[in-house]
Amino acid sequence: MAEYSAWQVLKNAWRGNTGWKPAWRKPDPKPDYDVVIIGGGGHGLSTAYYLAKNHGIANVAVCEKGWLGSGNIGRNTTIVRSNYLLQGNTPFYEHSMKLWENLSHELNFNVMFSQRGIINLCHTPAQMDDTARRGNAMRLMGVDARMLTPEELGRRMPGLDLSPNARFPILGGLEQPRAGTARHDAVAWGYARAADRRGVDLLENCEVIGFLRDGDRIAGVRTTRGEIRAKKVAVCVAGSTGAGMKLAGIDRLPIESHVLQAFVSESLKPLLDTVVTFGAGHLYISQSDKGGLVFGGDIDGYNTYAQRGNLPIVEDVMAEAVTLFPAAAKVRLLRSWGGIMDMSMDGSPIIATGPLPGMYLNCGWCYGGFKATPASGWCFAHTIAKDEPHPLNEAYSLDRFHRGYVIDEKGQGATPWKH
Amino acid sequence: MRITCPHCGPRDLVEFSYHGDATLTRPDSASTDQDVWNAYVYDRANPAGEHREFWQHSGGCRKHLVVTRNTLTHAISGVDFAPGKRTGRKRS
Ligand SMILES: Cc1cc2nc3c(=O)[nH]c(=O)nc-3n(C[C@H](O)[C@H](O)[C@H](O)COP(=O)(O)OP(=O)(O)OC[C@H]3O[C@@H](n4cnc5c(N)ncnc54)[C@H](O)[C@@H]3O)c2cc1C
Ligand SMILES: [Zn+2]
Repeated sequence: MAEYSAWQVLKNAWRGNTGWKPAWRKPDPKPDYDVVIIGGGGHGLSTAYYLAKNHGIANVAVCEKGWLGSGNIGRNTTIVRSNYLLQGNTPFYEHSMKLWENLSHELNFNVMFSQRGIINLCHTPAQMDDTARRGNAMRLMGVDARMLTPEELGRRMPGLDLSPNARFPILGGLEQPRAGTARHDAVAWGYARAADRRGVDLLENCEVIGFLRDGDRIAGVRTTRGEIRAKKVAVCVAGSTGAGMKLAGIDRLPIESHVLQAFVSESLKPLLDTVVTFGAGHLYISQSDKGGLVFGGDIDGYNTYAQRGNLPIVEDVMAEAVTLFPAAAKVRLLRSWGGIMDMSMDGSPIIATGPLPGMYLNCGWCYGGFKATPASGWCFAHTIAKDEPHPLNEAYSLDRFHRGYVIDEKGQGATPWKH
Repeated sequence: MRITCPHCGPRDLVEFSYHGDATLTRPDSASTDQDVWNAYVYDRANPAGEHREFWQHSGGCRKHLVVTRNTLTHAISGVDFAPGKRTGRKRS
């Protein structure tokens, strides 16, 4: 497959666009691989790509039960940021941000990464202090951050209700200028194509239904397309982690599955050129290149594996959107959907070896795994190749809960439905 | 989703607040066994199927309930008052 370029676009246009080839092969499974990755979402695909690129391990298969990108990678609200407070998180997410900044070139695929900034609004003096503290912590760790006054917010977002009589008046905001959005499907497709070009087999419609063992050791997978042996098996199934790990006899994990809903409105003229979050509830909103407002809020807040939510959250999220942008009251909703989140007990992810010999685990992404896609694959590939974590994901161990080293940004405790 | 409170009858989801897995047994508070406590605080079965879970009718009678609900379909097959006393808990 040739490099994508402006020249290719012109050449193919000239030939009536009959010259394009599929972006990846559709191979049959081989009997064995060095590494089998379960889950063809963003993290599984990026793991495959970095295994091949950074570690020279290309004898790799990705088993995906549906089509590539059918999970959360294709369902999220596409926000990319690294505005964290805690030491375990910030360097990891900032590494991800740096990978994002060069990703379209690296993959030769336009992932439409748009660094339009993210602004977290503050509504109380205490929240201003708390947010400034996070901004300072970010700057100390080399991440860009700045506080904005209401006047600056008004210039940036003319539709924003800055009235002092608002139920939750806006006192200021914290901006991370390098944050932004990316085209979620393109990220999956870009990593898929780049991994395929390096020799990785992407096996779609290939559901893992069991594990093969050599004594204690995991030695491969049983799939709907037959048995596949592997030296190493990497689990990367996000919302299906609980169900997936039960197939290996791991009955309990520090994970609960919850549904998060997202919404998109009809297309509007340009209204919002950044990502903004409401601080007196939970709402994040941006405007897509097609003009739709893309937004979401809290998870529904009860265990579920159903990819659909209930109406109370819909009402809640709409009310918050209209509170911020009163003009949005006239806008019609186009679509809504849900995705199953792997909510961890401290709100932070797990990228680790084990828990069984021959197995590697990547999960616990909660609301925030899209922005992590590049660094998650980068670190997971390192962990699989070297049999030990990279310093960037050392804190994301599975046993941190039992050792008391949780990474709880919100200080929420072991209540995953509130993270 | 609607939950039929044994005290108030069928009520909308917004009236209830969630309190998680109801199958865990709180260890004896005198216990110093870290593994037992860690398992209680952090480890979850997270089943795809029937789940027993605590809800409180916080916007109604304020009773704590144990609801049996299918996590694949959201269908509720049972609602009871939560037992007042949890096993294993000692008061002095
Ligand atoms: C509504 C919504 C909004 C979100 N918004 C944001 C956001 O703004 N910013 C952000 O950073 N994050 C966001 N997220 C979170 C982010 O999308 C996820 O954390 C991330 O996509 C998870 O990693 P993944 O891409 O690998 O998961 P997925 O794409 O879900 O990949 C897992 C794959 O595993 C496959 N699978 C499962 N079981 C098996 C099996 N047994 N055999 C084979 N394959 C299997 C699934 O089919 C799936 O394709 C959002 C999520 C949702 C649902
Ligand atoms: Zn009641």
